[in-house]
Amino acid sequence: MSIVTVTNLKKTYGDFSAVDGINFSIEQGEIFGFLGPNGAGKTSTINMMIGLSRPTQGEIIIDGIDARRQIKKAQAIMGIVPDESNLYNEMDGFENLCFCASLYGMRKEEREPKARQLLEQFQLKEAGKRPFKAYSKGMRRKLTIAAAIIHSPRILFLDEPTTGIDVESARQIRELILKLKEQGTTVFITTHYIEDAERICDRLAFIVGGKIVANGTVNELMESASHGHAIRLVTDINSENLAADLQARFTSSTVEITRDHALVLRSAERIPLLPVMEYFDHNGIAVYEARELRRCLGR
Amino acid sequence: MQLIRSPGGSLLELLPGLIAMSVLFGTTSMLAVTITFERSGRSFDRLLLAPISVSTMVLAKITGAIVFGIFNAFVPVIFAAFFVNLGAVNWGVMLLAVLLIAITSTLLGLLIAVSAKQVFEAQTFSNFFRFPMLFLCGLFVPLSSLPVFVRPVSFLLPLTYGTDILNGAIAGANLLSPMLCYGVLLAFAAGLFLVCLHNINRKWIL
Ligand SMILES: Nc1ncnc2c1ncn2[C@@H]1O[C@H](COP(=O)(O)OP(=O)(O)O)[C@@H](O)[C@H]1O
Ligand SMILES: [Mg+2]
Repeated sequence: MSIVTVTNLKKTYGDFSAVDGINFSIEQGEIFGFLGPNGAGKTSTINMMIGLSRPTQGEIIIDGIDARRQIKKAQAIMGIVPDESNLYNEMDGFENLCFCASLYGMRKEEREPKARQLLEQFQLKEAGKRPFKAYSKGMRRKLTIAAAIIHSPRILFLDEPTTGIDVESARQIRELILKLKEQGTTVFITTHYIEDAERICDRLAFIVGGKIVANGTVNELMESASHGHAIRLVTDINSENLAADLQARFTSSTVEITRDHALVLRSAERIPLLPVMEYFDHNGIAVYEARELRRCLGR
Repeated sequence: MQLIRSPGGSLLELLPGLIAMSVLFGTTSMLAVTITFERSGRSFDRLLLAPISVSTMVLAKITGAIVFGIFNAFVPVIFAAFFVNLGAVNWGVMLLAVLLIAITSTLLGLLIAVSAKQVFEAQTFSNFFRFPMLFLCGLFVPLSSLPVFVRPVSFLLPLTYGTDILNGAIAGANLLSPMLCYGVLLAFAAGLFLVCLHNINRKWIL
């Protein structure tokens, strides 16, 4: 059963479309990944779902609640980990957790033991007494997650939870997300790391330039499930330099450069999109556009 | 201007001004600064994301500032108590006036907080409002000595009505009917609250 359904969601800033008519649904109890490069529209989408920003158009249903009409009711079952922490710098870890719990109506007898337990679980027991501003990046992210789950939300939203922190903290966070899933929490996670998506997500939507260009299970996207035979790509570096390298890497395709300096990969067989994106990601190349030429992608 | 007066008995005349000033400065800067600070540090988002209605959250915020403003009011009163006899002061009415001034100036502070993006901007904005208000509300310059063309402006300021009640309670020198003043202040409070909520819904959830 879907716990989240998003239909034709749009967000424009002036005449720029940050999110351009996307559709997806999240099943109860799964980890749903939103994968895309910087500026793809991930944060814009999440902010509309959690009620920090108003959709320009479209519908968001969360657990049967129309999130555009009754956002406060929907927020009661949500846990939110924003891309930048929004905890209080002056308060210590324990106080921050208790304050967040109180915002969800948890009483003192309930929230204090839970806060202690979370600090222990996240290996922040000592840090619990220090002010938040003294935390390292990894610790900040972990405490932000602890604050988001203290009220046992049914659906957890995480915006790039593994970006910009040390490898060990990132690993702990992935493990924690898997554990939450075991306990029945539904998870919506955005990331620009393909590895993250592969490791923990059940299903993925690939978003570029505000559009979902592909979606499906991780396996479907890794193998050549339903992609067309030509992909058009626009990146932030010179196509001429990139073409030879790309050709060497994807030998079953031919790489062309169009007149408007886009790259086109053509193949007699279907081209799996994910390895191509992985290649760009590893080389630190930003992709502005990824589009199938023959057929429309991603339903 | 009659800012410098003879000491002693006329301290009593100065007291309403000092009280109003403490309340005005305390409350407006409290909200304007704390809210813009929380907003720039993004912790305000956490409040917007909690399942608490925006109006409840705003009420909680302004209650804090109002209580703070009332405490501020008593600083000049305590000092004055050393120098003059406060026996003739109508404390009940004074407290009511302080409360109403605190409420309206807190809401003005909120309006500034809603409009400003940074703490610095909020500070500048606040002073832009506060100083003209102090001189136009009849605290330091009696309304009757103000030029005729600025007097209508005075009657658009909530502080004018609060001051008048204070003047009545402390020095027995009010110009308007107290009931009119209460009514106008309550109307200002309700109006400002609605404008603030409207602006918050429009500006904070983009
Ligand atoms: N408040 C805003 N005003 C104007 N443009 C914005 C605003 N927020 C985001 N954008 C633009 O929308 C696009 C998508 O941004 P975002 O959703 O933050 O991407 P992501 O989280 O995937 O990196 C970007 O090009 C960004 O510059
Ligand atoms: Mg983002």
